[in-house]
Amino acid sequence: MSELLAVEDLTITFPTGRGPVDVVKDVSFTVGRNETVGIVGESGSGKSMTSLAVMGLLPRGAVTRGSIRLDGVELLGRGEGEMRRVRGEQASMIFQDPLSSLNPYYTVGLQIEEMYRAHRRCGRQEARKVAVEALAQVGIPEPERRAGHYPHQFSGGQRQRVMIAMALVCSPKLLIADEPTTALDVTVQAQILRLLADLQRETGTGMVFVTHDLAVISSIATRVLVMRRGEQVEYGTAEQVFAEPRHAYTRMLLESIPRIDDELPADEVTS
Amino acid sequence: MARYLAGRIAGLVVILFLICLFTYLIFFKLSPDPALMICGKTCTPDRVAQIRSVLGLDQPLTEQFWNFLSGLFAGRDYGSGANLVHCSAPCFGYSFQTSQSVWEMILDRLPVSVTVAVGAAVLWLIVGIAAGLLSAVKEGTWWDRTAMGLALGGSSIPNYVLALALQYVLVVRLQVLPFPAAVPFSDDPVAWFQSYLMPWIVLATGYACLYARLTRANVIDTLAENFMRTARSKGLRPALLLRRHALRPALTPITTIFGMDFAALLGGALITETVFGLNGVGKMAADSIAKNDQPVIMAVTLLAAFFVVVGNVVVDLVYTGLDPRVRVR
Amino acid sequence: MTTAAPSRDATAGPEAGAGTAPATEGRRIARALLRDRGAVAGMAFLALVVLMAICAPLISAVTGHGPNEFDPTAIDTNLGGLPRGSFGGISAEHLLGVEPQNGRDVLARIAYGARVSFLIAASATVLTTLLGVVFGMLAGFYGGWIDQVISRVMDFLMAFPALIFMIAILSSLPAGNRSVLLVVVISGFGWPYLARVVRGQTLTLVNREFVEAARASGASTRALVFKEILPNLRSSLIVMTTLAVPGYIGTEAGLSFLGVGVTPPTPSWGQMISSSVGWYAVDPMYFAVPGLFLFLTVLSLTVLGDRIRAATDAGEAS
Repeated sequence: MSELLAVEDLTITFPTGRGPVDVVKDVSFTVGRNETVGIVGESGSGKSMTSLAVMGLLPRGAVTRGSIRLDGVELLGRGEGEMRRVRGEQASMIFQDPLSSLNPYYTVGLQIEEMYRAHRRCGRQEARKVAVEALAQVGIPEPERRAGHYPHQFSGGQRQRVMIAMALVCSPKLLIADEPTTALDVTVQAQILRLLADLQRETGTGMVFVTHDLAVISSIATRVLVMRRGEQVEYGTAEQVFAEPRHAYTRMLLESIPRIDDELPADEVTS
Repeated sequence: MARYLAGRIAGLVVILFLICLFTYLIFFKLSPDPALMICGKTCTPDRVAQIRSVLGLDQPLTEQFWNFLSGLFAGRDYGSGANLVHCSAPCFGYSFQTSQSVWEMILDRLPVSVTVAVGAAVLWLIVGIAAGLLSAVKEGTWWDRTAMGLALGGSSIPNYVLALALQYVLVVRLQVLPFPAAVPFSDDPVAWFQSYLMPWIVLATGYACLYARLTRANVIDTLAENFMRTARSKGLRPALLLRRHALRPALTPITTIFGMDFAALLGGALITETVFGLNGVGKMAADSIAKNDQPVIMAVTLLAAFFVVVGNVVVDLVYTGLDPRVRVR
Repeated sequence: MTTAAPSRDATAGPEAGAGTAPATEGRRIARALLRDRGAVAGMAFLALVVLMAICAPLISAVTGHGPNEFDPTAIDTNLGGLPRGSFGGISAEHLLGVEPQNGRDVLARIAYGARVSFLIAASATVLTTLLGVVFGMLAGFYGGWIDQVISRVMDFLMAFPALIFMIAILSSLPAGNRSVLLVVVISGFGWPYLARVVRGQTLTLVNREFVEAARASGASTRALVFKEILPNLRSSLIVMTTLAVPGYIGTEAGLSFLGVGVTPPTPSWGQMISSSVGWYAVDPMYFAVPGLFLFLTVLSLTVLGDRIRAATDAGEAS
């Protein structure tokens, strides 16, 4: 079976005042159709750079080596014009802070429509209909009315729902979620995670889920890639990684997850 | 919304009233006795007293101020009996120098000032925003450094120095423009355009440089916003990316600054009009100051303050329309 | 993220932080400025002009021309008093030429004019900064009705058509000492722009944890203001004042140009340009020399202010 996304030996280099610095070194992983792969690491581990590289959205000056194939087609080295047709159409992305990730000057309806119209030949009316449907799909009540509202008129969780609706409006093969729940309340986090899992099951989209939080990954990912300082320290199925982590760093991450059974009786704590 | 507007207008009225009071006190109380000035050299105490009574200067200060204020809204009468002169609202009195109605003088000259202001504004908006935008998109390149260096230089030239230099180069040396002279549009549109060209350039240069730097900074900030990354991740065409997602957030704050600058100019571009001999409100102000023509100074100050204060409110309203986040829900 | 000075906790002692931070910050900015060609050129030109201003009597003594000495030999009465020789009468005798009609030495007048311009701009800057900081901090620190009153006064002053008003006040007030009057009028309309920023920053500083901690530990108001708030306003004050100076130089020259500033015979650049208006076609050097000095001075100060701001911004970002 051919993989949906195959990243091989990806290295990302940034020029700095003190010479070039590798922010990502020799990272390889694959994402199958209908599969969720988690990329875990602390901030600065290179996990976000890896996901931006897939979208071709790295900051100016970044140099990439290796290979990124989406559905068998090489993405690295493609021109901006070709990447533009990949973005949104084949792979789309949602970000950590949904408020700053949506343009405050335009209604959410318009921001979804423009994405649809960038990839499909259709008029405004039809695009609006699609946008409203997309909003309904992610569970925004009264989607028709809400499509005319501005981002600041939504709650944090609803904004991320809007982002998800937007990302999926062209039915991409791959969805990259970069810390999509980090900025949200715990209860809202769970709702968004459930929504993403449900939508993935319905649409069959492959998903890369980037987070610093192993606990979040455990509920959603089938495979896990652990990164530290730009290097890949662990890669395997979720069961493997959680049951028998091979790297000390992964064990440390695992231990930092608060569990129910961590709550010890008071006398044991004081002793 | 209506309540907000009412509040703003109330504040506007208070500020204008205070400016009225302040200007009145300074110009009519601190400066030399106008009656003596009108009277001239061949003056007798009787004559001074007569003038004082016609102008109402013999009344208590509060009375005088009240007469002035009510004159603005309802008009007022000067003198009595056969000498009675009615000055209809808005009454700013009569020039000490020419005895013309000040309001009519202003109405005469306002079109010139508005022409100067509008032409310059068009020029500086186009040049400033285009240069700033290009600099932002080409940040760090040769073009960016050159344009920003020029902008820094251009904003440092005092406009009267620029005016003299331009006149010397364009009129005296190259002879591409005639000596500035006020030509009405209806007489000769080409000559009209030529006569206003230098004032427009002189007035626009400083602003264009300022706006270029502002635009560049705002666009660069906007391009770094998270929502720009989102927009790029959506696969939008670069033109749409820039036009829709970058420009509107970057230019909205500039609207505010533009409104204030433009409003201030409507009250007369004092130096530019004086240097080029354009008969606008600004030159009238300069002339009346030189001759201590208090009613005119007073009127021009009030007019300029009126434009600034009203401009302030208009800018706020426009801003509410442009930025959905500050709309009153 | 490492936030520098502001977030240090109060128990560490404000003296320690306030003592070391400014020195390194100042040195860093100075280094950044020395590396910048524009800033160095600006500083060099300003140094030259300041030197000229200070040594104005010396210049006059060396060249033998005072600022108000007529030199009828340098002008041609047959040509309506135009300077003899080309370029406005530039010669070994008169290095920057002479004024038409009276033959006064332009170099001497520029040097003496620089004294007036710099003195007025510097005094106006000091007074404006003082007023701006005091009123801005009062408003931001105490809030309530004090803030209300100060803010309304600022609104009022900023709504004024400042230039017309300055001219009007200057022309209607009795002569007296024009320079002092100019300083007072420029500062009177200038301070709200500074105070507005100071007020905003004080407002956020007052609510920051380290100020609250200092307050909780019983620091007096004076200690709070001088040890906690003022040091944190320093960098923005430096930037705003350097950017304001060229504005004041320009305003002074503009007012003198319009004939309401420094009165003759005291020379001033604006006044020199003003008297050259009638001569620009036949004697362009007459306005070009003072115009160039004024332009380069304003430009140098603007570039310097711009670079200082860039350097402080870079410091805050790192």
